[in-house]
Amino acid sequence: MTLLVTLFAAVISTILWYKNAPGDEYKIRTLCFIYWGASIMWFVDAVFEYAELKAAYFTPAPADMLNDLFLGLSAVVLGLIIWLVILLFKDPKGVFRKKRQAG
Amino acid sequence: MACFLVPAAEAAATSVAKKVIDSKEKKNGKASESNTPEEGSVSRFSFSRKLKWLTNLLWGGTALLAFEHIWHGEVVPFFPFLTAASNPEDTAEMLREMSTTGVAMAVAVTLVWAAMVAFSTVIEKRNMKPGKAENDRKE
Repeated sequence: MTLLVTLFAAVISTILWYKNAPGDEYKIRTLCFIYWGASIMWFVDAVFEYAELKAAYFTPAPADMLNDLFLGLSAVVLGLIIWLVILLFKDPKGVFRKKRQAG
Repeated sequence: MACFLVPAAEAAATSVAKKVIDSKEKKNGKASESNTPEEGSVSRFSFSRKLKWLTNLLWGGTALLAFEHIWHGEVVPFFPFLTAASNPEDTAEMLREMSTTGVAMAVAVTLVWAAMVAFSTVIEKRNMKPGKAENDRKE
């Protein structure tokens, strides 16, 4: 479930990046890299887990699924926060620089 | 348990390599940041720029995986930071996981990056063919 949620986030962020390309004023590519990096790693983790559990991997307990869903959503939010911090720090629109100059 | 430490180590190594290559490219006069090839242009991504894709993939994935390990209580904010490091049996299991899952994660991310670099090289070569940019503009 965590992998699925992160993959959704990766695909959506990639579509958003492509829509704004080649400009990418809001550095959406950073968000793409975060989610794709995590998706690849969780995919590898899932392959190892599948090798161990076989078909049981696809029938998790509802409580585990819910926990994994919360984890996936929290990971997506964490990715957004990391992206936001990078965006504000790099300040591509120069909002903070303009304010400093005006002040 | 601590599989994310392997991609984290690779991320640290590639970050250092990126800095070194970036400074060498700047010395040689190759642009590294202002090189987003525009439509129909013949500009190319520098290698340091391509290496940045790998560091971003690795750091991004490592950050979210580290969060997952905190979520599951495998990483704690006090010494020895990894719960598996508290006894020899768990430490052996952790090292086994790092050498299998961790290494596979790092290899998978690197392979995806290599595919991205190959794809971008093909696109760059296609755009550099004489008359290609002109034809694209006409279309």
